[in-house]
Amino acid sequence: MASEMLRIATAGSVDDGKSTLIGRLLYETKSIFEDQLESIERTSEKRGDEQTDLALLTDGLRAEREQGITIDVAHRYFATPKRKFVIADTPGHIQYTRNMVTGASNANLALLLVDARKGVLEQTRRHALLSSLLRVPHLVLCVNKMDLVDYDQGIYDEIREEFTQFAARLEITDLGFVPISALEGDNVVTRSPNMPWFEGQPLLGHLEDVHIASDRNLVDNRFPVQYVIRPQSAEQRDYRGFAGTVVGGIFKPGDEVMALPSRRRSRIAGIDTPTGSVAQAFPPMAVTLLLEDEIDVSRGDMLCRPSNQPTANQTFEAMLCWFDETSSLRTDIPYQLKHTTKWVAAEVEALRYQLDVDTLHRDLEAGTLEVNDIGRVAIHTSSPLFFDTYRLNRTTGSFILVDPATNLTVAAGMIIGAAGEPAGETAAAVAEAPVATNITFHPSKLTREERWGALGTRGATIWLTGLSGSGKSTIATAVEHTLISAPVPQPAFVLDGDNLRHGLNANLGFSDSDRAENVRRVGEVARILAEAGTVSLVSLVSPFRADRDRVRAIHEEAGIPFYEVFVDTPLEECERRDPKGLYAKARAGEITDLTGVGSPYEAPSAPDLVTDPDLEIAVRQVIGLLE
Amino acid sequence: MRAAGVELSDLATLEAESIHILREVAAEFEHPVMLFSGGKDSVLMLHLARKAFAPAPVPFPIMHVDTGHNFPEVIEFRDRVVAEHGLRLEVASVQERIDSGRIQVGHELESRNRHQTVALLEGIQQNGFDAVFGGGRRDEEKARAKERVFSFRDRFGQWDPKNQRPELWNLYNGRHKKGEHIRVFPISDWTELDVWRYLAQEEVDLPSIYFAHEREVVEHEGLVMAVNEFFPLPDGAEARIEMVRYRTVGDATSTGAVRSTATDYHSVIEETAVARVTERGATRGDDRFSEAAMEDRKKEGYF
Repeated sequence: MASEMLRIATAGSVDDGKSTLIGRLLYETKSIFEDQLESIERTSEKRGDEQTDLALLTDGLRAEREQGITIDVAHRYFATPKRKFVIADTPGHIQYTRNMVTGASNANLALLLVDARKGVLEQTRRHALLSSLLRVPHLVLCVNKMDLVDYDQGIYDEIREEFTQFAARLEITDLGFVPISALEGDNVVTRSPNMPWFEGQPLLGHLEDVHIASDRNLVDNRFPVQYVIRPQSAEQRDYRGFAGTVVGGIFKPGDEVMALPSRRRSRIAGIDTPTGSVAQAFPPMAVTLLLEDEIDVSRGDMLCRPSNQPTANQTFEAMLCWFDETSSLRTDIPYQLKHTTKWVAAEVEALRYQLDVDTLHRDLEAGTLEVNDIGRVAIHTSSPLFFDTYRLNRTTGSFILVDPATNLTVAAGMIIGAAGEPAGETAAAVAEAPVATNITFHPSKLTREERWGALGTRGATIWLTGLSGSGKSTIATAVEHTLISAPVPQPAFVLDGDNLRHGLNANLGFSDSDRAENVRRVGEVARILAEAGTVSLVSLVSPFRADRDRVRAIHEEAGIPFYEVFVDTPLEECERRDPKGLYAKARAGEITDLTGVGSPYEAPSAPDLVTDPDLEIAVRQVIGLLE
Repeated sequence: MRAAGVELSDLATLEAESIHILREVAAEFEHPVMLFSGGKDSVLMLHLARKAFAPAPVPFPIMHVDTGHNFPEVIEFRDRVVAEHGLRLEVASVQERIDSGRIQVGHELESRNRHQTVALLEGIQQNGFDAVFGGGRRDEEKARAKERVFSFRDRFGQWDPKNQRPELWNLYNGRHKKGEHIRVFPISDWTELDVWRYLAQEEVDLPSIYFAHEREVVEHEGLVMAVNEFFPLPDGAEARIEMVRYRTVGDATSTGAVRSTATDYHSVIEETAVARVTERGATRGDDRFSEAAMEDRKKEGYF
């Protein structure tokens, strides 16, 4: 069985039918056992419930059953032949922010429910915001109790529209909707005959098929050393292995690595795993790296590529969620901070603002954070941390704070960037080595609005991705022509991947890391052109989702519109066209790493546009994005 | 060498997460210990520990809380595993504590389930253990579904379910004061079926009673009990020879068998995949006292 594991975070109150939905998923996948069912039937009867309360399946503690509430995160498990599912189910009442954040921290997918009769509530928006803050890559909104609104498509469409508009203000990369009745079983496991108008998959099918493999960061190699294995026996005397979990990138024997903080370099001599040596290690594998040279490395150190290092800094900005009921955030005492495999002392230097999770309002006057509060802080640590922004890497971008007096975990944080740098600029800066830490940005005297206003233009980046021969350049050139020859011309410029490789990117090949760097450079150029008021039309295979996401991130942080356009021409068709003869060469074995043949292509999970095969329509679609 | 893809199967993911936890404890605690009963969950845990530190030996001892009411096949298995892998074994004996008068029993064959807690806590205290690995899984039982991976215990070994540390990402907080300890559950997210599939995949050796064999049994209060020195034939009952196997391994006085013809991993997995009763419900008299039996025992310091 080669199935994957998918972690789901759910949240909500009893009324929206969440427990019924989980109960039904467990029941239909045969994950509830008879004795469990009998036991909750007995309890329901004893309490005088009219129906067996499926919530009792998850409410395990005596106080919960007696008071009919959920206190804590409960884990439930079910499996289909395709996947193993772990649900972290969190209650919807007061403790909810803390529990929801906990459940979402590891989740691949957040499952939200709304009652079709009530529509999108404050609670729904709050759940969506927290999922987005914790960067859960996929979100599914179930419009439940469709049976109570006569399976009315109009009501579903209205809720869908309202939530889509709200979600556009958040950073949710993949958003799905399913109209269901958990009680009646409509669209939960099987397609509902009551809603023939719904063309999507039932919920379980969606959960089985949502693509999660490329949610990981496979570009920025990060290996926090967890434990050094040195056997004392005579035959293993020379063995010195660095054990840990890969949290970013792909490590291969022969790769050059750098150890932080020592900045000593070596190469990977071998990768040991529980089942023997492997040719590559990627997240979330737990492996042991062997190095060619004897360099000093110990727990808390980080192994990375010399050309792609995390930020090393003692001060940084972060979003902090306060968990502890018995204390509130203080800026005058040291906390213990755990980041990857490292503990350091840390002070919260300043609370920048508190975020109201209902209105998104930023309270700049807030004096402290209390339980379930979220705010932006500046943190100073006793020694440097090696981090990425949480946006780029959920592991190297996260930390917890512990109160040394009580040893309680009082808060959890997500790193926004190093202090003193504009948020997000660190993301771009880390790819260059050595990391430049003393660069300050020289602000322009003109604001973007002034510049664009005076020129009568609006900059943006349109990123066309797809296989070689899919028609990216053809579309880009046609759009460029249309924009420039319009009655009111709009400056536009095509950045073509092949052309740029003759100059700007002449020193790059086609290895995964070179492809990543190629995308990064083109992304930066596109952003600068857009900043100047031009519509950058990028035509680039850009096969890896993480690379494209980084480009989106630098645009979002700069506040410049970015549209990912997927030119989804099937491989067979691209190969039939083969305008550059590349496929023929690849099939003849002359090229080994052509995307789609010898090298993978990761399709966008949520592109802003998938183009029509017809060129004229495609051009109109792309221009439609700008309007 | 593995294939060139960058996808990890569910079992490989579970394995990686468990190994991460095992290494984290070995790195951060001074005196960890792993509980070992000879049951399949502790066999799995030990197997993962051997993999986590290979080629070095497992860097902590194992401890068996011995009630004196064991199936002989399990004790034989335990001693064989210890010898084979050069492990250090601590035994926290309930019988010894009964003999010395520190544990009072009504009669010789009453359940020693609760007495285990005394022996366990004394074993932890006397050896100064600060982290104690247990093979508990969240799918086993409702109270366990609320358990953390790193579960804090006060100096009396007690669990406070309403006051647990939040656990995010894979950042575990094992900080504690002297005399307190942390229970660590590295296989929290494995289900019974996962355990069987993985043990089969890895061809791990298990005590023979996990596979179907002929045994003299009697049906008693809904459980299929083996008749032996720990469970004499009740008055008026009739024993029969049947093909049975065990889904869990506990005391011979309270652990029931299930009727089965599954004599190898493959057929056990087939049976497990279609089982309609939980392993504890099918076989454990000790969990049947009340709805909250497990919660109460856990609060007192039970595994």
